[in-house]
Amino acid sequence: MSLVLIFFYVFGFLAIASAAFMLATKNVLYAAFGLLVTLLSLAAIFILLFADFVAITQLMVYVGGVLVLILFGVMLSNQVQGRAVQSESVNGISGGLVASAIFGGLAYLILSADYLLPEGITVADAAPANTKSSIIAIGIRLITNFALPFEVASLILLIALMGAAYISTEDKHE
Amino acid sequence: MLALILCIVFLLLLVIVTAYAERKVAAFIQDRVGPTETGPHGILQSVMDVVKLLQKEDIIPSAADKRLFALAPIVMFAAVLAGFAVIPITPSAIASGAYLGVFYLLAIISLDVIGLLMAGWGSNNKYAVLGAMRSVGQIVSYEIPAGLAVLSVVMICQSLDLQEISFQQGILMNQFAGLENEVNYLFGLKALDLDVTHVGGITTWNIVRMPFLFIAFIIYFISSLAECNRAPFDIPEAESELVAGFHVEYSGFRFAALFLAEYSMMVLVSLVAVVLFLGSWNTPLPNIGSVQLATWTTGTPGALTGHLWGAFWLLAKTVLLLYTQIWIRWTYPRLRVDQLMHLCWKVFTPIMLVLVLLAGLWRLWMI
Repeated sequence: MSLVLIFFYVFGFLAIASAAFMLATKNVLYAAFGLLVTLLSLAAIFILLFADFVAITQLMVYVGGVLVLILFGVMLSNQVQGRAVQSESVNGISGGLVASAIFGGLAYLILSADYLLPEGITVADAAPANTKSSIIAIGIRLITNFALPFEVASLILLIALMGAAYISTEDKHE
Repeated sequence: MLALILCIVFLLLLVIVTAYAERKVAAFIQDRVGPTETGPHGILQSVMDVVKLLQKEDIIPSAADKRLFALAPIVMFAAVLAGFAVIPITPSAIASGAYLGVFYLLAIISLDVIGLLMAGWGSNNKYAVLGAMRSVGQIVSYEIPAGLAVLSVVMICQSLDLQEISFQQGILMNQFAGLENEVNYLFGLKALDLDVTHVGGITTWNIVRMPFLFIAFIIYFISSLAECNRAPFDIPEAESELVAGFHVEYSGFRFAALFLAEYSMMVLVSLVAVVLFLGSWNTPLPNIGSVQLATWTTGTPGALTGHLWGAFWLLAKTVLLLYTQIWIRWTYPRLRVDQLMHLCWKVFTPIMLVLVLLAGLWRLWMI
């Protein structure tokens, strides 16, 4: 067993264990910190799969942005003294149905997907040997093949930004 | 592994020296003498402070969230320490030659914010929570002008690799794999047709290659003060309002770890400023005709002279920036929250957006 494979399983286990902890704990703040471990493990797995740009983007967007926002929200919505925010499990049946439907759908999709990487290829073969990083390929693709989705995404972000600015301004013309 | 140990030892030394310098410079600015008792001119004061802190009892308040409280200093220090992995020290010494170095650095720093929130929340103290909130709000805001300043450098250098960015800023440029045929023109302008590739020194630093990057450097430096919670952006620790901010409940070894994380952050942002704007490990002295000042003060990369000169120039510039940080702390009064946000969003961010556009244009004139 190579070192890379061992690390892969370690981080895979960490991701699953922390995700399970996130679901099981009643303390919302602990759940957020469980999410932190999950996101970090996922970033590590991306690195092991030679997706360095995706891994760092994951850190930047989810850990630096989304998670900080979640933590901020939890802290602001709670009194400074007193008990931690508790979450209760409600809607057991409908929630379970939706979750299992999503799981089934995703599992079907993943199992029936035709991957670009044919079977029997080793990790070393798949590694980009001549390029230093995946970012060069990603950059070229983004402004050629995927220029339209890229621009649409930036437009949506701009609209979201303007919307946030509008909502948060105080003196709206009623 | 060796790099990690070297880095930690080096950091400890630098932090102890900085803490001493902070007190001495503060004393000088306020017309006092500062520490004098411990050792000649009090130079052992910081060492004694560390020894004292390590002996103290590790107090965890009974109402605090014990796990978060105990973990927070470790998370904060680990996040800052991870950033040092991609900093090139000399032309041939860098802990991790990650190609996405700059991007990684920006991302890993954000873990520091998580540690802050853990400390503030875990303490179960109003001062601590308020301090953590202020601090996180400030850091998240100032990441934007700082990130844009870094982006403008990346656009000029066309690389995210900190070692490649370093090589571009000196006479060794053509020795870097992939840059063999690159030419540095004065002010980066090809139209001027003044080849300074072998002149080196200050003429190839990024702030000269694209003179407007000097403005970006100033904005990055001020933003980095805010990211370190340094004065004049120290409202998260405002002693007169919040006692000490997020670390008010910490004592003993855990306080030492937080202190170490804060000062390491100062060192890290200074190192990044030096690498990105001020020529990294390159000498400031240019080659003038037969007076080969740059060649003499660069040494042979890979050999001992190359290591020593590289580390010397990098650290000299870093120490200069650290001194400036201390100097500013004891010179300027604290900003109010609204002034802080005004400066970030209405002054720095628009200027930086214009500079990013200008950097893109400049890059077109460079090739």
